[in-house]
Amino acid sequence: MKKYQLDLRGEVCPYTFVKTKLKLEEIEENSILEVILDHEPAVKDVPRSVKEEGHEVLGVEKIGENLWKIIIRKKGK
Amino acid sequence: MLNDEQIKRYSRQIIIPEIGGKGQKKLLKAKVLVIGAGGLGSAAIQYLAGAGVGTLGIVDGDKVDISNLHRQPIHVGNLGENKALSAKKFVETLNPDVRVDTYPFNIDPSNIRELIKKYDVVLDCTDNFSSRFLINDACVLERKPLVHAAVLRFEGQIITILPGESACYRCLFRRAPPPGTTPSCREAGIIGMATGILGTLQAMEAIKIILGFKDKLLTNTLLYVDLLTMEFTKMKVKRDENCPICSGKVKEIIPEKYVDRCEL
Repeated sequence: MKKYQLDLRGEVCPYTFVKTKLKLEEIEENSILEVILDHEPAVKDVPRSVKEEGHEVLGVEKIGENLWKIIIRKKGK
Repeated sequence: MLNDEQIKRYSRQIIIPEIGGKGQKKLLKAKVLVIGAGGLGSAAIQYLAGAGVGTLGIVDGDKVDISNLHRQPIHVGNLGENKALSAKKFVETLNPDVRVDTYPFNIDPSNIRELIKKYDVVLDCTDNFSSRFLINDACVLERKPLVHAAVLRFEGQIITILPGESACYRCLFRRAPPPGTTPSCREAGIIGMATGILGTLQAMEAIKIILGFKDKLLTNTLLYVDLLTMEFTKMKVKRDENCPICSGKVKEIIPEKYVDRCEL
């Protein structure tokens, strides 16, 4: 299974979600996308919006001072 | 690929599940022809340009007059200029992603088919019956999706035509009313918001055609809008198998037919 990473440090809402969504459109179904964020409101917003579009959120991890990783599995058919 | 500025510019529509990056790319690749840059055209042009429709063709042979501005705000500051060229200035200021082809002349039976050929969708934003019949017939012959609208005073109507699939303008109206029986907007008046609303609806239909929302269009449906009572009425209409143009009986544009009652 392919794994991708998207570094969104410095991005704020709604672009955190917009860029996550665009990346999810690009990658293969069922592959994993790890999104790195430093904008705290996005830590709640991105998983919620991603779920609304039918993808699976596998985890949200705090990986540093003001730094988070969201792990998403792209929906399959 | 969308660049960073495009991601920001279109972010609010990319977020919409039905659109996304895929839909945005479709819009950027699409070509829409707006015939008439008056009240309906002004409204349609500004939203199509804003949405990032990649190519806009604008046809209009008229000049901007002060009596147009109450319903054609995109021509602000351009009194006396050709409307297609004036509209192009507006679009270029709003969104540099949009390429504008200008046709600073009026449509006629000799140029209409060539004009619509390179576009994916045509908007009829004209104000007279001979243009409406001419555009309809040419779009049916060229198999181009068409969104027709017309407005007078507080009222308007709109219908989307997918040639060969749904009812065309001539299925509904076989001929123009006798000359003198229908007032033009010069005689009867027109409220700016009516053209704004109907022109905006035309742009909405155009985008839906581009995005492929085929079962959600105003096909086989005439939407009649009365803005004084705020009644929006959908009327089901049907393809007429005897329609001279969409039945295939008439196979080309016959120039002498587009005068008076425009009957084929």
